[in-house]
Amino acid sequence: MLYKATKNILLTAFALAVIVPSSIVVLGSFKKDVEIYTKPLALPKSWSLENFRNLIHTGNVFTPFKNSVIVAVFSVFFTLLFASLAAYAISRMTTVTGRFLFILFSLGLAIPGQVNIIPIYHLFVKLHLTNSLLGLILVNIALTLPISIFILTSFFKDIPKEMYEVAGIDGAGHLRIYRSIALPLSRPAMGATGIFLFVICWNDLLYPLMLITQLDKKTLPLTLIDFRGEFATSYSMLFTAIMVASVPMVVMYIAMQRSFVAGLTAGAVKG
Amino acid sequence: MAVPAFAVYSFLYLYPAIQNLAYSFERWDGVTKPEFVGLHNFTYLATNDDLFRKIVGNNIRFTLLVVIFQTAFSLLFATFLLKNTKTTIFLRVIYFFPTILSSVSVGLIWTFLYNPNFGFLNASLKAIGLDSFALNWLGDTKYSLYAIAVTQVWFHTGQMVIIYVAGLQQIPADLYEAAEVDGATRWQQFKNITWPMALPTTAVVVAYTTIQSFRAFDLVYSMTQGGPLNSSDLIVTSIYNTAFSSFKYGYASAQSIVLIVVVLLVTWLQRRTLRIDYGVK
Repeated sequence: MLYKATKNILLTAFALAVIVPSSIVVLGSFKKDVEIYTKPLALPKSWSLENFRNLIHTGNVFTPFKNSVIVAVFSVFFTLLFASLAAYAISRMTTVTGRFLFILFSLGLAIPGQVNIIPIYHLFVKLHLTNSLLGLILVNIALTLPISIFILTSFFKDIPKEMYEVAGIDGAGHLRIYRSIALPLSRPAMGATGIFLFVICWNDLLYPLMLITQLDKKTLPLTLIDFRGEFATSYSMLFTAIMVASVPMVVMYIAMQRSFVAGLTAGAVKG
Repeated sequence: MAVPAFAVYSFLYLYPAIQNLAYSFERWDGVTKPEFVGLHNFTYLATNDDLFRKIVGNNIRFTLLVVIFQTAFSLLFATFLLKNTKTTIFLRVIYFFPTILSSVSVGLIWTFLYNPNFGFLNASLKAIGLDSFALNWLGDTKYSLYAIAVTQVWFHTGQMVIIYVAGLQQIPADLYEAAEVDGATRWQQFKNITWPMALPTTAVVVAYTTIQSFRAFDLVYSMTQGGPLNSSDLIVTSIYNTAFSSFKYGYASAQSIVLIVVVLLVTWLQRRTLRIDYGVK
């Protein structure tokens, strides 16, 4: 009895701890500031879209939203492409080279990407890649390659050798085998890894903060940080901006819950 | 086929990492020519820089708190949510939700909750008559670090619950059945079955949480920027500020080398202890 009561209380408490702040943000994006401060959890007096309209007019979220989409989509696409090619090669190579490559990429897991901010910054100043979306995409690819290769290699290794051998007998080259056997078979793993990468790229703050200063190149996290200063007292605008920044993730989470959870936990376990 | 990955990785990961090591032996403001100073940055860090020592202390305290509470909570919740029923699956989905938010959003939401004047936390405390507990959470040097640690635990516990559920579901059910037949209490079952059987998962959770806590930047930057008076400064925020506010690039690189060493040391220690523990039981 006591066990059951404690269990239920704790479970409810943490669920509320998640639901209450989220509701405050969702409800707040339809409210005026005063309403947020006095009755944060009450339903808005009227479901007005005024905040959203204001945000589009004054806050300029459209450009950062577009930038974030571009950066995330291209980063994920190229990371998956490069990582799956490399992972396929590593999983098929029985020579020392394969082992060496695997260890080399694993080194990246031991060095936190954050420690490279200073050399990357100076390198990018030299290459004129600051204030450039291409620069962000390149950084994202480099930073997420090790973990992606790690996850995908372990997956490719699980594909039965016979599948490859049969294709080899039929005269298919490596690129052909990669495209028509390895890739189709690894669709769930690629999907999960892709989601994991998308979340990382969509949410990254440190590298954009350092590399981007121009307003028209900013990504959503940077814009949110700016908003904190700009609308220091206006939580209605801030909450609305948080809503806009989170919507793609929430939609993806609801639509692809399984792959989402799988992807984000695989990233943690394998990393 | 590994060429594109190898090229990008070498040029934008390995090469910068080596360059970073080289910078750490230099004094450099980014404008004038870098000057080789040998181990000076490191000896200064170790002997003269009280602020950096404080920041490393902050980060160790932060990591300890987050690791202990996040692991304890997620193991507890995972034991509660082990069976796949409608309710448990629903709760797991709810718990996991913060994981998909950006850390900046989370930081800003909690800045609102913690606001001393109109924040939700203090309003609730006052509503139930606990006025004296309504503190200036982020604005007081005594609480800022802990307030951010709470946010971090809130942010990532759900993800760890999922990892634990996956791990605990591997434990054969007949172990528990046998224990029940023998009249073992819930606590005995946890102590003698769940805990030892879940140790490999615990190792993963602890290692991941530790690295995450040593890499923490976004929450601090969006909530307090390390303040007040550096009370919530962590190593990565310090590297960032040393480089991009004080323009001491060499010195910041030296700090990042310290970070690598600390992370490697701690993960190595953890692996050893958790493995030995596992072997004994």
